[in-house]
Amino acid sequence: MDNDSGKGYWAANIRLVTVLLAIWAFVSFGMGIIMRPMLMDIKVGGVDLGFWMAQNGSIYVFLILIFVYAVMMNGIDRQYNVDEE
Amino acid sequence: MDLKTMTYIVVGATFLLYIGIAFWARAGSTGEFYAAGRGVNPIANGMATAADWMSAASFISMAGLIAFQGYQGAKFLMGWTGGYVLLALLLAPYLRKFGKFTVPEFIGDRFYSNMARLVGVLCLITISITYVIGQMKGVGVAFSRFLDLPYETGLYVGMAIVFMYAVLGGMKGITYTQIAQYCVLITAYTIPAVFISMNLTGTPLPQLGLIGNEVTSGEPMIAKLNQTIQDIGFGAYDGDPPSYLDMLLYTITLMIGTAGLPHVIIRFFTVPKVSDARWSAGWALVFIALLYTVAPAVGAMARYNVTNTIWPNGVQSEPLAYDAAPQWFKNWETTGLLKFEDKNGDGKIQFYNEKSEAMKTMAAEKGWNGNELVKFDRDIMVLANPEIAQLPNWVIALVAAGGLAAALSTAAGLLLAISSSISHDLMKGILTPNISEGNELIAARISMAGAIAVAGYFGLNPPGFAAQVVALAFGLAASSIFPVLMMGIFSKRINSHGAILGMVAGIGVTLAYIFAYKGLFFIKGTALFPASTPEYWIMGVSPEAFGCIGALVNFVVAYVVSMATAPPPKEIQDLVESIRVPRGAAAAVDH
Repeated sequence: MDNDSGKGYWAANIRLVTVLLAIWAFVSFGMGIIMRPMLMDIKVGGVDLGFWMAQNGSIYVFLILIFVYAVMMNGIDRQYNVDEE
Repeated sequence: MDLKTMTYIVVGATFLLYIGIAFWARAGSTGEFYAAGRGVNPIANGMATAADWMSAASFISMAGLIAFQGYQGAKFLMGWTGGYVLLALLLAPYLRKFGKFTVPEFIGDRFYSNMARLVGVLCLITISITYVIGQMKGVGVAFSRFLDLPYETGLYVGMAIVFMYAVLGGMKGITYTQIAQYCVLITAYTIPAVFISMNLTGTPLPQLGLIGNEVTSGEPMIAKLNQTIQDIGFGAYDGDPPSYLDMLLYTITLMIGTAGLPHVIIRFFTVPKVSDARWSAGWALVFIALLYTVAPAVGAMARYNVTNTIWPNGVQSEPLAYDAAPQWFKNWETTGLLKFEDKNGDGKIQFYNEKSEAMKTMAAEKGWNGNELVKFDRDIMVLANPEIAQLPNWVIALVAAGGLAAALSTAAGLLLAISSSISHDLMKGILTPNISEGNELIAARISMAGAIAVAGYFGLNPPGFAAQVVALAFGLAASSIFPVLMMGIFSKRINSHGAILGMVAGIGVTLAYIFAYKGLFFIKGTALFPASTPEYWIMGVSPEAFGCIGALVNFVVAYVVSMATAPPPKEIQDLVESIRVPRGAAAAVDH
């Protein structure tokens, strides 16, 4: 792999990880903890949104984030021709 | 068939299964002993990781912790799952590409320093020993509660089982037993939860039951629970935490601590490819989430059930008479997890929060002499669940097998991390670099046997730090291992001086904060401040939550020192380049 495509690959990786970690922090620290008092009026079934995000919802989002990362990163590997095949 | 025979049969069958796997999955090389020959399917590794990760604490204690803490118990739920996002995105694929066997080995190679490797080994051993003592205790306790065997006997049986598959099979044996143990523990956890959710909320999915309505009243489950516990003077279940800042930092510390735990990281060395490491982290979280999304429902519903059993018609009428208490109440009383003391001699169980002012007034009017449920251990929330839901004996037996599976699987993973850091990092890496592969394999097996003996000794004589798993293990993993690994991958500029001083500073400030509140090396009487009184904590930050501040200190010190000194040599920068791209990972299989 030459140096330019190497830089492009790493930059694409950092971009993806930054976006996914921003969502990771937003749903857990944001909606689950810091913003919970502001979200009190939004209900998920019998509980408020912040409570649900903290006790259940954020875990589902974490799952989605890891699988999205795996799919997209494997795609970026192929795009920059650094995959393992 | 009586319960005890049934429990012996179920637990005995699972043990036979583990021993069978031990003979089938023997390790023939160091590659198999340390990394299962890097041939583990990513989904299978995800399952093994879930069992490796979910300990006696996750299985037995977590739902109870949440039951008593309510909303803020979510720090354990988010903290112990959110770390997998960090692991998947920031560490696991790169460390798999690096293609070696231990976490200190990466630290030593990347920072071209045996000193750095040694600091890594010390952190790893402190973290893993602290953690493994809790597992050994869990095994002993499960035996004594469910099988009526003495605690020591239970511990020896547990050690013998782990000895067989960990010494014979190393990572290979551990991996396949962990898969079996996962199946046992998740079945044991979910069956009672499904029945309890059905009874209380009419839905078989506990995740929906938590946000659903209680069947008899039609009111939301959590609102009903709030009312039930507030009536006897406790705070609302979904009420605010004492400090949102402490909850935030606590959650962050658990997340980065989880991502920095060596026994979890090394599981990702066992898959064939970098892309498999990414998938595998996702599968691990799927299998973990099956328990972690059920746990808050178990906690809330168990607390409701127990409170409601004692106050069947609310606080304005009479509580349960002790003579009319259900069998499970008396069963668990004999284990010491529940204790009733008839303070006013009326034969009824007045259970309430005696610290509440309103309750003091009510108690005076009604002639109560204080709370009579003097012991209400949080572990009861999971352990007594099948009996509270009146499930058949085989489910109770399964919970015993599940608790043992959770403790044994985590213990084995920790013991492998300890023994490989001794045989591979200390011996092969530093003391006797010329050791042959055959001799290293023998050394690995002897270290494993030694680690089991040490863990057993501490299980019999638990030292003061054993109870401080959260503060010590997660604090150290967060403040030392996670930052140094992340910087090693994401920066080419961090050099050996930066890494070593960063780790020492991170550990130093974290341990200082923990010791200031919990005693120097947890020795009673040497604390500067009382640990459990938040008004003494700096800005309300508890010692358990401090690890992320230590991590921050680590990052800053490492950066500043590295910038002030020479950059790493060219070959180290090339090493970082190479671990950043997946191609060529298969070459490490034959390492």
